[in-house]
Amino acid sequence: MSTITERTPATTVTGTPGPRVKKSRFRGYNWLGGSLSWLWLFVVMLPIYWIVITSFKTQDTYFITNPLAPPTDLTFENYKAVIEADFVRYFFNSVVITAGAVVPAVAVSFMAGYAVVRGAGNRTLKAMNWIFLTGLAIPLQAVIIPVYLIIIKLKLYDTLLAIILPSIAFAIPLSVIVLSNFIRDIPKELFESMRMDGASEWGTLWRLAFPLTRPALVTVTIYSALNIWNGFLLPLVLTQSPDQRAIPLALANFQGQFGINVPAIAASVTLTTVPIVILYAIGRRQLLSGLTAGFGK
Amino acid sequence: MTTIAPPVVRTKGSNKSSGGRSGSSSVTWMALPAFVWFTLFGIIPLFGVMFLSFTTWNGIGDIEVTGLTSWKAALSDPGLPHALWITFLIMALSWLVQTPMSILLGTFLATSKRYRELLAVLYFIPLLLSSAAIAITFKALLDPNFGLGAGLGIESLNQDWLGNATLAMATLIFIVSWQFIPFHTLIYQGAVRQIPTSLYEASQIDGAGRMRQFFSITLPQLKYTIITSSTLMVVGSLLFFDLIYLLTGGGPGDSTRTLALQMYQKGFQANLMGPASAIAVILVLVGLILSLLFRRLGGRADESQLEGV
Repeated sequence: MSTITERTPATTVTGTPGPRVKKSRFRGYNWLGGSLSWLWLFVVMLPIYWIVITSFKTQDTYFITNPLAPPTDLTFENYKAVIEADFVRYFFNSVVITAGAVVPAVAVSFMAGYAVVRGAGNRTLKAMNWIFLTGLAIPLQAVIIPVYLIIIKLKLYDTLLAIILPSIAFAIPLSVIVLSNFIRDIPKELFESMRMDGASEWGTLWRLAFPLTRPALVTVTIYSALNIWNGFLLPLVLTQSPDQRAIPLALANFQGQFGINVPAIAASVTLTTVPIVILYAIGRRQLLSGLTAGFGK
Repeated sequence: MTTIAPPVVRTKGSNKSSGGRSGSSSVTWMALPAFVWFTLFGIIPLFGVMFLSFTTWNGIGDIEVTGLTSWKAALSDPGLPHALWITFLIMALSWLVQTPMSILLGTFLATSKRYRELLAVLYFIPLLLSSAAIAITFKALLDPNFGLGAGLGIESLNQDWLGNATLAMATLIFIVSWQFIPFHTLIYQGAVRQIPTSLYEASQIDGAGRMRQFFSITLPQLKYTIITSSTLMVVGSLLFFDLIYLLTGGGPGDSTRTLALQMYQKGFQANLMGPASAIAVILVLVGLILSLLFRRLGGRADESQLEGV
């Protein structure tokens, strides 16, 4: 890494005019940026490539073959081992946790986002909005001990619900903010005409705001789902028995269980990542645009 | 990546011009479920952790209010300044590595249409993986006996990456960069694409080279994005937990034991919830101070919206 940062100030640009400069902001191809991009792509992809090919190797061939060469004969033994190690249960647990948390979180956030925009000027709503904004700065790690205490008091320790309840709460602030920003973009005239037609706020919420904010809803849903699916701290602290284990925690346990069986560990990592990659493939555009939208200048 | 949906950004600045009638109390109830829920599991725990820092509790038995005992225990622990130092080190080093890389990559991605799509798709992959998956992958990959280095038989690659204090820190910084550079690259490329082309055209007429353009147009125009991205990096780095917990467990020794890890180990492994809560309060304070600092740097009111991402 150090070599890359050192290179930064000494940027030497060879302004060779390339064929595609017409539309470019710069004259010529940016060789430094270009080569750095491909280098970084290699760095990003190498571990992923390695973990996938390794997952198809047998333990014997893993030790004697070139670790970067693809397997000569594919084996699904490792995947079988992972599935036999109760993978399906953990997978199911994670699905329940994620769906159980994301659906209510997005639903209440959407309502709140709508209220914040429509009730602008209302003091109570202003205060609530302020709390959501400030809430973004509350890190889950820092409040995990009281959350643990609350879950014990509710007698929910070691249940999936224990993970779901705080997950909903921590998905709310960002969702409300993103959704209210999108709802704010709906032209006033549309709200006005809904009112003329005698629609209630509840009706306007569903018939006007809902269809118009669908891209933002997709963004928020995917983003929250990703966070909750990958969440490690809540399952670690709030559950104990294998029955209630979520996928990230199961991964950590597989690692201990399989020990030096690297191909089996590789299979467990690959298998737990597949659902996310599918989700990403489906909602990529919305996710990226929604995420970057908040950060652009 | 082609749709950067600028409306969201635009409206942030002008919150007053909302589409709603003012003062309509008929919608207030709609915000209640979200508000109550977040209060229950976000706001109350925040006050709860402050309260618990003045108690003694082993995690199972009764909670006893014991005044400053837990704070004294937490503050007199030599592990605390060390954890603060490690946290700061990780924060500073990961910022130093990630920021220049992300700006360079982002600038390139923004200006090269041809590869943007492909690179943006592939760059995003690390963000999809859980920290647990990343920690386990790298742990296997870097294993001195069974990892890549051993398999390829390359001496220089075959080191005890996680077993030596300095190497473990370097490895950690690398993995953090691996995980987050793509995200910041995407933020920067979005921002670079919003810089008006006319600025570049004008400078081109004046005969400015690319280096000149980069330093006198791109970089200054990215000011707010740099602040935003740095806030995310710095505040986010306070909270690295899963990755370090699974990768090194804070080791070797205590060479990668951060505040968050220290808090977890005190609370859930040593069952000292009081001192652990005190550390948690320190964690919140450090995060708050840092984000206020960055907000002042940016001089904008809406930076707080970005911390949680």
